[in-house]
This record gives sequence, C-alpha cells and structure tokens, in this order.
Amino acid sequence: MRRAWPWIWGVVGVGAVIGIWELYKAFGPADGVTVGGMLILPRAHDRSMPHVWDMLARLAAPTLGEGTPPLWLTVLQGLVVTLGIAALGLAIGLVVGVLLALLMERARVLEWGILPWVVVSQTVPLIAFAPVISTIGKQIDRGGFPFPEWLSVAVVASYLAFFPIAVGVLRGLQAPDRIHLELMRTYAAGYGATLRKLRVPAAIPYFLPALKLAAANAVIGAIVAEVSIGMPGGLGRMFIQFASSASADPALPWAPMFGAVVLGFVAAGSVALLGFVLKNYRRGEAVA
Amino acid sequence: MNRFATRNPPERASVPAVRIAGLDKVFGKRRQEVRALAGVDLEVAAGEFVSLIGPSGCGKSTLMRIIADLEQPSTGTVEVFGKTARQARLDQDYGIAFQQAGLLPWRSVVQNIALPLELHGVAYHERQRRAEELAGLVGLGDFTDHHPDQLSGGMQQRVAIARALAEHPRLLLMDEPFGALDEMTRERMQTELARIAAETGAAVVFVTHSIPEAVYLSDRVVVMSPRPGRITEVLDVPFGDDRPDLLRESPEFFERVTAVREALHGNPVVRAEEV
Repeated sequence: MRRAWPWIWGVVGVGAVIGIWELYKAFGPADGVTVGGMLILPRAHDRSMPHVWDMLARLAAPTLGEGTPPLWLTVLQGLVVTLGIAALGLAIGLVVGVLLALLMERARVLEWGILPWVVVSQTVPLIAFAPVISTIGKQIDRGGFPFPEWLSVAVVASYLAFFPIAVGVLRGLQAPDRIHLELMRTYAAGYGATLRKLRVPAAIPYFLPALKLAAANAVIGAIVAEVSIGMPGGLGRMFIQFASSASADPALPWAPMFGAVVLGFVAAGSVALLGFVLKNYRRGEAVA
Repeated sequence: MNRFATRNPPERASVPAVRIAGLDKVFGKRRQEVRALAGVDLEVAAGEFVSLIGPSGCGKSTLMRIIADLEQPSTGTVEVFGKTARQARLDQDYGIAFQQAGLLPWRSVVQNIALPLELHGVAYHERQRRAEELAGLVGLGDFTDHHPDQLSGGMQQRVAIARALAEHPRLLLMDEPFGALDEMTRERMQTELARIAAETGAAVVFVTHSIPEAVYLSDRVVVMSPRPGRITEVLDVPFGDDRPDLLRESPEFFERVTAVREALHGNPVVRAEEV
C-alpha cells in the first residue's frame, strides 16, 4: 500500500489539473477579464480552451484533412525526432560538462578562470544564439564537412544542458571529506585512483539532480532551437504550424503540447531509472 | 614478561618501527607562527604499543600525522622501519585509523575493508577472502554485506580498524579511534584492540585523551604538554601481552593511572580526588 501512494497521488494530481481546466471553462467568463487592455484571466470559450475530451478525440482524427495519418501518429513522429535530437544534445552537454568539471576540480586557477564564463554563457538568450550556431553549421556544411540542421539544433540543446552538469559535477567531485582524501593519500593512491574510487562515486548524489535539470534543459533547448532555426519534422515547428490553424481547429495546437509532456516524462523517467540503478551511491553515511 | 621479545624475532626487532630525532613542527608564517612540536625524540620498537597522551593542542595528533607522512616536519628526522616516512607510506608499511571511521558510504563492509587491497591490485577473490577474515576478526562476520549507514558508530569504527589491518601492516597509527564512542562500547573495543595487537604483533602508535585507555592498552605511555608541544615524560606499563578485562580493576592498574595523571598535571595529585 505504501508503494502505491505515490502513484495514487500522481493520478489525483493529473485529475486535479483536468478538473480545474473544466471548472474554469464551465464558470469562467467566455471572453476573459481585461483590465486596461491587459488580459488578466484567460478566455473560456471553446476556441481558446477546448474541452479535454475534444483535445483527446482530436488526437484520433486525421492530422490535416482526409487521407492524412491520424494526429497522434504525426505528433509521435515529431516527438521521436525531437527526443533523438534532445538526447544527442544531452550527450554532448554531458561530455562537455563533465570535462569542464574535471578541469575545474584539478586546479583552483582553472576553476576561477572557467566558472565565471560557464555562468555568463547561460545569460545569452537562446533565440539570439541559435541562428548563430545555424549559420556556422551551414558554413561548415558548405566547407565540405556535412553538418545537417539537426546537428545545429543538438548543439543548441547541449548549450543549455552542459551548465547544470558542469556546476553539479564540480560540486560533487569536491565533495569528499578531508578524512577520505587523507585516507587515499595514506594508500599512496594517485590522482587517477582517487578520482575513480573516491571522487566519482562521491559525485553521484550531485550528478543525478544535475542530470535531471540537464535533461529538461535539453528538451526545452531542442524545441526552441527547432523553432528559431526553422528545422521541420520535430515538435518545435509543429507548435508554430498548428497554431496558425487554431481558429478553425482549436484542439489541434494542443496536440504537440501533449507530445512535449510525454517527452518530459521520458526524460525525467530515464534519469529516475538511472538513479535507481545507482542507489548504492546515494547512501548518506550514518552519523555515529 | 617482555612483550616485545615474545612477539618479534630478533632480526626484525633490530630495526625500530618508528625513530624520531630532534623533531620540530611549526605551522603558519612569521607573526602567526605556532610551534606545534619542539624537540621531540621518540623511538617505538617493532611490536610495541605506545600511546601519546596530553591535553588538546599538545601536538599528539600532529606527531602521528608526521609519522604517517600526512604532515611534513619543519626540522628533524623521521624514520619508519629505517626508511623515510614518505617511503614507508608509499610502501604501505602502516595502517591508519582516525577518530571518525571514514568509511565510504557506497561500499559494503567487505568492500570498505578491501579498499586498500583493491587499490594495490590484489585479485578479487584474494581480497574478498582477506576482507571476510578481517570482518570476522573484528566481530562483524554477520555484517559483511551491510552498508555503513546500517551500522552503529562502534561497528563502523571496527570496520575502520579492520581496514587498517588489511595489508598486514607492521605499524598501526590510530588517532583517537574510540573518541566518539560511548563508554561501554569503548571498553569493549579496547579489549578487542589489545587482543588484535597481540595477535598480529604490529607496533601501534595510539593517540588518546583518556588515561585509563592509555594505561590499559600500552607498553609505554608518552605524556605530552602543550605550547610548544613536547614530550614531558615516558612511563612504562609492564602488564605484558595478556590484558584481561579484570586488569582495569586491579590495584596495579590504578597505580599506573595515578602515575600518568601526575605526569600530566606535573605534580602529585591529592588522593581524595579519586574517591
């Protein structure tokens, strides 16, 4: 029974969101509430807020007119494309982030030199940054080295993903107590052995939450980069494309939203699974 | 009987476990200079159990850390089995235990004990066998697969001691290993350590705050005083290898405790205080 509670509360949570949505739709003002030209409460009519069941029913209908594949399949295909790109971005971010953390842990001077730039890097707006990457990618591609659009999108995703990894892993590598470091010294263990047997295992409790953030960042980065680079096939372009038909087909733009939610679940679920595999490394040492 | 002679064959006995001559240790620079140790000479024979006792700040931990090559002496020489302290560390001539157990939380009892063996390339089955044997020696044979967070403080400390013994060291360095334990656990651990030291024949340098602990365990008690840290007196404790629990209640034991206490305070202690 105790194991069932998280699942029960999870279902209650989803149910609550649906309930609030439908309640607002039933009792909220159809044209919303505006104060001095600003929309304070959303419009509740069917064009802005379709019924939940309408949105779900729309998923089963053809994507755009007779003869096209059902909407859920189109969304699923977009989801797979974006998921693949986000995963690649996460992988690149993981490698870059871990390498940066190792460098910064190795020497204080490098930490002072690199860490401020790592922090500053995240203040560059993604929509400004993505076209730059896209342009560079096209130049490389013209130079003879194939650099497809999806690779540019993955690079932008990795740009968001490496940050929590670099900061979290650095913190983790620095986590071992003095007593453990001295113990390794008495064993005449060098840098490599200390890294493998002590610093890396000690970093895992810091690495997992960092990875969770990085995975979420990679998904957001991939979707936003798809939009700003203009790459077709993924969820990002689907949002823009479907939003233009919103007035005629109000339930349509919500479909990729469901796709993004599923994408988030897959990303968070994978990290949770990894956390379960590594559970021995997450034990706290009991205080005597 | 002389413990030292019973434990060690003559050829090994000729090289002392530790030889320290004219040792000074200064921390900090110029204005903030602190003399942690001044003019320390000490020799620990192979197989001998020596306690370092004294008030906080007398440099007893620093002295042990210098032997372990975790600190460098400012002047003077330190030899461990006739080598430099650094060489002895690289050769794994000593095992060490600190006040905190310092176990790696992600490793089981056996994996923690086997850590030094693993780092030095001992094959899996061999180190597994050795670690299980040591877990038995410290009375944790039924807990080999437990993790540190499932053990009490006393059990964790026993794992740390087993780990220190993993590579058959001829010298054990212990910095208040029982300091964080309750009195009952502490006495039981002392009894076990006395037995283990006698069985393995290792020399021990044991840092402690506790006078009865030092007397119960040691062949010699080295009394130190602070500012600057120096050795003020060295007392023999001629109880031999066999140290039963009952020893703690014998008149000879109390006599030695009083002697150490007087050495610590620098003057005779009024008897009435003890009642």
